[in-house]
Amino acid sequence: MSHNDRASLQASPASVAEGSDATALQVRDLSFGYKGSPVLEGVCLTLKVGEFAVLLGPNGAGKTTLFSLITRLYAHRQGTIRIGEVDLQRQSAVAHVRMGMVFQQPTLDLDLTVKQNLAYFGALHGMAPGLARQRALQQLARLDMQESLNSRVRHLSGGQRRRVEIARSLLHEPRLLLLDEPTVGLDIASRRGLVEHVHRLCHEQGVAVLWATHLIDEVDSNDRVILLHRGRVRAQGSVMDLLAQADAATLSDAYDHFVQGTAS
Amino acid sequence: MNLAAYGHCLRGVVGRELLRFLHQRSRFVAALVRPLVWLFVFAAGFRMALGVAMTEPYQTYVLYEVYIVPGLVGMIQLFNGMQSSLSMVYDREMGSMRVLLVSPFPRGYLLMCKLLAGTLVSILQVYVFLAIAYLYGIQAPLMGYVLVLPALIVTGFLVGALGMLLSSAVRQLENFAGIMNFVIFPMFFLSSALYPLWRLREGSELIYRIAVLNPFTHAVEMIRFALYEQLNVEATLIVLATTLILLWLAIIAYNPAKGMMTQRGGPGGE
Repeated sequence: MSHNDRASLQASPASVAEGSDATALQVRDLSFGYKGSPVLEGVCLTLKVGEFAVLLGPNGAGKTTLFSLITRLYAHRQGTIRIGEVDLQRQSAVAHVRMGMVFQQPTLDLDLTVKQNLAYFGALHGMAPGLARQRALQQLARLDMQESLNSRVRHLSGGQRRRVEIARSLLHEPRLLLLDEPTVGLDIASRRGLVEHVHRLCHEQGVAVLWATHLIDEVDSNDRVILLHRGRVRAQGSVMDLLAQADAATLSDAYDHFVQGTAS
Repeated sequence: MNLAAYGHCLRGVVGRELLRFLHQRSRFVAALVRPLVWLFVFAAGFRMALGVAMTEPYQTYVLYEVYIVPGLVGMIQLFNGMQSSLSMVYDREMGSMRVLLVSPFPRGYLLMCKLLAGTLVSILQVYVFLAIAYLYGIQAPLMGYVLVLPALIVTGFLVGALGMLLSSAVRQLENFAGIMNFVIFPMFFLSSALYPLWRLREGSELIYRIAVLNPFTHAVEMIRFALYEQLNVEATLIVLATTLILLWLAIIAYNPAKGMMTQRGGPGGE
């Protein structure tokens, strides 16, 4: 393991806090459409290092499309996306090194073991087998999944598969983690465990997290919320900010205010 | 990314493809049974009716079974190339293609790794088939089994690139079966895999002309000549040029800025 690898693994909360003003993700005036139909219009959002933000919006709001643009599965023509200081369009390889992604759709190979899946992902990020194995063990241990290393993914539960996907997305130690509706299909206990683990990642490792969901009850009172509806950011800020803007008593009321207020 | 990182990426993609292949034993059996049925049943049955006169690269009159072997090698690679493409469509539908496409390596390199992996799997199948044919009595010069390797690699890339291009244009798995019918069978039957070109010409000038334009014909001839320790320069050049063109088109098709993926709603097909 290189010195840099060790340094990043041993990043303390203090060192994380030092860089907390740095930007992990910046999206400016991003617009995108399929065959002339607009899906995203003038989206602007910023995420700081170590920050946890919820991208909240109903189905069809454009959350998955936004993530597809940030991960460059689609290429954007209008607007800019920066991962840290890196412009995605100009240096997509560097940007990909810095970001991890958990897709809405499960993406593990069911016929391979957890170890083989993680090794494959490590190789796709240019890691030597030894380093990939070491990181896989570390990440799985954090998720209490080390016992499943040699299990076929097909034999794991939905919650376990999700945890493996999160371990996989952190294998190359990204500074930005994108999760697209990661709790879909999970029971309440698994959902809670997942949310807690990802919050811990922010606090302990300084990973910036953008968590997309349509479930209001996944929003913690301390989270920052970016409300996306019909391809536009309708509101963003802390939960208290949103309540104040909507003059609402609960986040659910505020959500209805922003979503129904733009329904026509 | 340094050179070692590129090597790790290649090893990972090839390793995954080999693991998947080992897990799908029925695929291996099916890939072998198909050409063996042609060899043991079709060729043996039609031996008398379809005797082949002396033609290059053979130095004497050959039995039909001997003639058909390079065509069946091409058939194995053609089916395997389409199978790899099918798995790409499946990966896209299942979402695992996204994992590949968010890698920091250039997309062209990732697709080349996929192609090489599929080609290696097809070469494994080809050598097992050639070993069975050898035991059956259809024996090429021993050095031919070594010299045919480059021809197999190029043919693997040719059919793999074609399949990759098709996979980029197919949105759903169900549609792929239809395309296979319109690609595999015409490519195979309208080629020199089963009959020499001169015999096709005796039957129909039109079919002969189509076969000459079919790149698979030239791939089969390249394999045939290589197996008998000769180089068919014209066939090799045609196959190489066609492979490069198909590869270029496939890479464009998978480019998020220019290709068809974005227009079709991306690799997830959403």
